[in-house]
Amino acid sequence: MNDGVDLKRRRVLTATATVVGGIGAVFAAVPFVSSMQPSAKAQAAGAPVKVDISKLEPGQLLVVEWRGKPVWILQRTKEVLDDLLTQNDLLRDPNSEKSEQPAYCKNTNRSKKEDLLVAIGICTHLGCSPTYVPEKGDTPMVGWVGGFFCPCHGSRFDLAGRVYQGVPAPLNLVIPPYSFLDDNTLLIGEDGGTA
Amino acid sequence: MANSVANFMDWVDARFPLTQVWKEHLAEYYAPKNFNFWYYFGSLALLVLVNQIITGIWLTMNYKPDAALAFASVEYIMRDVNWGWLIRYLHSTGASAFFIVVYLHMFRGLIYGSYKQPRELIWILGMLIYLCLMAEAFMGYLLPWGQMSYWGAQVIISLFGAIPGIGEDLALWIRGDYVVADATLNRFFAFHVIALPLVLVVLVFLHIVALHHVGSNNPDGVDIKKYKDKNGKPLDGIPFHPYYTVKDIVGVVGFLIIFFAIIFFAPEMGGWFLEKDNFIPADPLKTPEHIVPLWYFTPFYAILRAVPDKFGGVLAMGGAIVVLFLLPWLDRSPVKSIRYRGTLYKMMLSIFVISFIALGYLGTQPATPEHTMYARICAVIYFAFFLLMPFYTSINEDERVPNRVTS
Repeated sequence: MNDGVDLKRRRVLTATATVVGGIGAVFAAVPFVSSMQPSAKAQAAGAPVKVDISKLEPGQLLVVEWRGKPVWILQRTKEVLDDLLTQNDLLRDPNSEKSEQPAYCKNTNRSKKEDLLVAIGICTHLGCSPTYVPEKGDTPMVGWVGGFFCPCHGSRFDLAGRVYQGVPAPLNLVIPPYSFLDDNTLLIGEDGGTA
Repeated sequence: MANSVANFMDWVDARFPLTQVWKEHLAEYYAPKNFNFWYYFGSLALLVLVNQIITGIWLTMNYKPDAALAFASVEYIMRDVNWGWLIRYLHSTGASAFFIVVYLHMFRGLIYGSYKQPRELIWILGMLIYLCLMAEAFMGYLLPWGQMSYWGAQVIISLFGAIPGIGEDLALWIRGDYVVADATLNRFFAFHVIALPLVLVVLVFLHIVALHHVGSNNPDGVDIKKYKDKNGKPLDGIPFHPYYTVKDIVGVVGFLIIFFAIIFFAPEMGGWFLEKDNFIPADPLKTPEHIVPLWYFTPFYAILRAVPDKFGGVLAMGGAIVVLFLLPWLDRSPVKSIRYRGTLYKMMLSIFVISFIALGYLGTQPATPEHTMYARICAVIYFAFFLLMPFYTSINEDERVPNRVTS
């Protein structure tokens, strides 16, 4: 009937060849998938950035580039710091429990020096860079005490980079590691061993 | 002479089924005789695809996929390359034309029930073409390396980052760098000019193979194969060639008149086909005041923004596309064409069309609380149209479908 063909043996051989070939295909895919990861050069980039903050005025926002991302440096006034304390009930993560920051910035002001905010200016929603809206008033939110507003999808952050409730961004803005070389020089990207 | 041509055809046919293919797909492919205006858009989509491929090849002759050079190379094409402006506008306006034609083509399928049994696979292959087209358009939009290119890519790639667990690594893998950078531009170029076009052409081929296997639907939604003459040809069918090739040429001429009017007089379409912010070179430190995708993505973008949760928004947007794939199984009515559907279905379809267009508009507007509220209402209608379909199409109030086509 089957001309002496051992069908069972043929099935086993076919299955074995398929499995071995399949494993080979998976290994063959490894270099192609891995090739799309950041290259050694991209990984090596990202040296710390030195910033002179001696000319920073109160209320002034300075934007510098670190690892291709905008980093904000904001000199906050006493009034701003007082306002921050009143916002807790409106915030999603007021104590930065789930958010990303160095341990030394896990405080109300989210900063090393009380008045100086250093934050990555990239919305935690989909990566736009929010706009600095320091003026108090009713835009973009009733009772606005100043903060950052993301034009892409309407996320709002206070002047400590903490996210408000009812917006798409899930977390507070990321605080990068930073340290002070002296009173007027900020080093972004390195803790300076004080972490 | 005639004899030598016949001999040559015999020689070819013995080696390749040329005459057979010609007959099966053109000269003896019987299409229903009642095709109307809506049936232009399949062949027009093919025309635009050819336009995109040809102009695309010519653009790559001068374009530089390098973050430092890309923006200037596009301006070089526009100003210094002979006819560069025409080729570039044919390509950029062609992208919008592609989506206009494809949306109308999909709407045709929707109103005449062309997705229904036995054409489910044609619909699914068509949806895959649509997905491929969206990826193609998105990656192509990064290439000019303007502000909208950059921040649009940043937002869309970040969507993948919303997937719990693997999201951030996936987004990093797609970008090939920690931010949208040269590596991203270079690989998007590779996908845009070779990988996706190959997939697209294969999918279009399969779409047509599947269509010609089961035969075309028609505005009455009746099966023309039920009534055949003594030669086995459908009584309500006519050969695709010459009848529909000639009809399609009329459509092509009409389309080209409008297409070139836009290219010559309004190639940017007041910011709808090429956004103003994209004439500013990419700046990784500054997001444009008002960032929106091009019009063909805005309905889905509005759905994304309507959900006040990162992953929830991404799910809703993905769901809005996935649900389209399920259409053949959501519709339970035995009637295909809108002509013989009940009032309830017609009402649902009208509300759906209005809310889809409204979503498209809202997606272009700033995210104010009022806009977000309207977008939420429209998004609910969008999903209700599909998810309630098994119920409202089961309530049988359809009219009787004729046996033969009506005109």
